[in-house]
Amino acid sequence: MVHIKRLQESGSDIIAVIGEIDASSSIELDLAIAKSVGEGFKKILVDCNALEYISSAGLGVFMSYIEEFRDKNIQMVLYGLKEKVANTFEILGLADLLHIRENKSEALKLANELSV
Amino acid sequence: MNYRYNIGCSLSNLKGIREFVRNVLNENHVPELQVSAIVLALDEMCSNLMIHGHHCNPEHIIELHIDHPGGSAFIFEIIDNGSMFDITKFSEPDMESLVQDKRKGGLGIRLVKSIMDKIEYTTEGGKNICRLTKLV
Repeated sequence: MVHIKRLQESGSDIIAVIGEIDASSSIELDLAIAKSVGEGFKKILVDCNALEYISSAGLGVFMSYIEEFRDKNIQMVLYGLKEKVANTFEILGLADLLHIRENKSEALKLANELSV
Repeated sequence: MNYRYNIGCSLSNLKGIREFVRNVLNENHVPELQVSAIVLALDEMCSNLMIHGHHCNPEHIIELHIDHPGGSAFIFEIIDNGSMFDITKFSEPDMESLVQDKRKGGLGIRLVKSIMDKIEYTTEGGKNICRLTKLV
């Protein structure tokens, strides 16, 4: 089960992902990102502090937006990943394709730098 | 040590599979980061099989066996009688083509192959057995 909360801060949309994302719940993440894009946000931060688990279904959601974000000049930065979750990204080498930072202020800073 | 778990092919049962695998590995004092990786690999295998082999029909049952014969080896067997979904026959797409195709699949197979030490398929008495070996 996953629970997703969105809030806005300094012009960024922050999507907080709480719980576990697997093949049964990845659609929730997809819908939240689609909504953020639909509302025109150019900076999307994904708060992973309470993300306990992610399988390839969830990683695939992030991957599926990379191209669209390049085209629309949208910056997405993930932050607050627990070690076990970060490990899943590392096994696939996703750290090179996605922007990942330690905490919110670093994520915000990177999103601002990339937006220039 | 031998553990068994039977599950209907519904994606809502993946959580139960993860808990079963995690409990067995914790009981056998496997380090936490390895537990997380193995749990992930089993989730990927079972969700693939539920989706591609059984179209998520909850009436279809798959069996999960975990055997720890001693030493460092853990053997995971996923047994079903649907159409065989053999991941060793799929080549993993490279990451850039996954990005370009906006594909949401293909990553799971890559994960399982990186995490597990051995992946074998056999059929016995009309049942498919996928055997994954992990040395911890």
